[in-house]
Amino acid sequence: MKKLINSPETVVRDALEGMAAAHPDLIRVHFDPDYIVRADAPVQGKVAIVSGGGSGHEPMHGGFVGRGMLDAACPGAIFTSPVPDQMLEATRAVNGGAGVLHIVKNYTGDVMNFEMAAELAQAEGIEVASVIINDDVAVQDSLYTAGRRGVGTTVLAEKICGGAAEAGLSLAEVKRICEKVNAQGRSMGMALTSCIVPAKGSPTFELGEDEMEIGIGIHGEPGRERRKLATAAEIVRMLAEPVLDDLPFRSGDEVLAFVNGMGGTPLIELYIVYNELAKLCRERGITISRNLIGNYITSLEMAGTSITLLKLDDELKRFWDAPVHTPALRWGV
Amino acid sequence: MRITTEHVIRFLEAVAAEVKAQRAYLTELDSPIGDADHGINLDRGFTAVLAKLPMVADKDIGTILKTTGMTLVSTVGGASGPLYGTAFLRAGMALADRYELNEDDVAVALEAALEGIMTRGKAQRGEKTMIDALAPAVDALKAARAGGADLATALQAAAVAAEEGMRATIPMLATKGRASYLGERSIGHQDPGATSAALMLRVMRDLVTASASDGAA
Repeated sequence: MKKLINSPETVVRDALEGMAAAHPDLIRVHFDPDYIVRADAPVQGKVAIVSGGGSGHEPMHGGFVGRGMLDAACPGAIFTSPVPDQMLEATRAVNGGAGVLHIVKNYTGDVMNFEMAAELAQAEGIEVASVIINDDVAVQDSLYTAGRRGVGTTVLAEKICGGAAEAGLSLAEVKRICEKVNAQGRSMGMALTSCIVPAKGSPTFELGEDEMEIGIGIHGEPGRERRKLATAAEIVRMLAEPVLDDLPFRSGDEVLAFVNGMGGTPLIELYIVYNELAKLCRERGITISRNLIGNYITSLEMAGTSITLLKLDDELKRFWDAPVHTPALRWGV
Repeated sequence: MRITTEHVIRFLEAVAAEVKAQRAYLTELDSPIGDADHGINLDRGFTAVLAKLPMVADKDIGTILKTTGMTLVSTVGGASGPLYGTAFLRAGMALADRYELNEDDVAVALEAALEGIMTRGKAQRGEKTMIDALAPAVDALKAARAGGADLATALQAAAVAAEEGMRATIPMLATKGRASYLGERSIGHQDPGATSAALMLRVMRDLVTASASDGAA
């Protein structure tokens, strides 16, 4: 293993200290339990938004804490969901009296830990609502799985709900919008290489030079199938067609296209992916009216990409366009 | 034999030592079908439990087990944190205020733990999880006790049933947890959660067998 770290045991703590040092104007970092809150938390009278998950997906979620997006983020150990103590304390720290929305990715551990935290917070009299993001079309949502994973749409939900909360909407309204984003967003990802979890020290899976994994999640877990490496155009078709074929996308729709890097893929390749995706959308009569391209929800140093399409309407566009000021996402300010 | 608080402390210490020893193996099992952290996470949790034990050593068995459960929930994360945490919490609730146990109390505690895991995980047998090792172990323990076996013999049957249950997860299709995302590709791999559950049963058996033959208890 070759990594720019001090030791596998201190990776998360050292990175959090770095974030605190880099962005004192935007965020405050709390240790034991670990969580990140926006610098002016709690904002009285505003719905607070809390998310979290394993570390190793940077900038998600800590990089999205700030005005117009998350009020708090709870980072777990690398690829391991945070524990209820973190969500509970973060929820207390950001509660401004208008309630708290937990945005949870559909992974068994995240769901269970957030569920325990929400129960504890509600027992203290804090109003908590939860939305589980499950947008990954690579996973069959059936009796035979734990349901679709939560991936790229999580980033879009955090931004849009952050905008809605900032505009003064109620907890029930912000929750409704979050559910709409989840219902209208679909994703699929692929990997060219495995990543290395620092505490393990070796790749999670082995991929040949000429192989790729299609339908991966974001924790270095293997995907749905292994295939021979193909061109960017072919790969984008493999990812985008299942996304486009999964309702709600129809000819005439307006969408947000999100091309995400898994951490080890350069921007030049992500733009090639975007170009192919834009062509495919044009073929289908779908208009991309907003886009996001870059490394936003990653798997350490994994090479690969994921594609997310979100069907837009006026409400979602308004809150997507609203000002945001966080370490990783900033516009309108 | 009588089971004292000292036995329970020794059990937890032995589980912690065994989890540490099997850390790489459990993580290796978690690589092809999970996210390669089961051993790492459990080791972090039981290391924290070890640090807590001196503070509860003079307390009742229920308190020791509940403290273990809370510590696991607060340190492990992932799915195994809430699952094993709930298991130890429920076992502790079943043995509240007890400083000494009889031979039937072990089954009572294990059954409470199993029910806790099934409720928290909304899971049943046959879904390729820790339940597939624990549930047959509880059945075997109760059947052996009902047949008049002493605790050491009954735990031997439970440990064997847990190992068999663990191996029986290999051909299973995962329908719960992260392995379920792999669909058919989850087949052919032994479940890491069932493996750690079988490990705990084995540690319990070894401890009780050793204590019984010592005549120490």
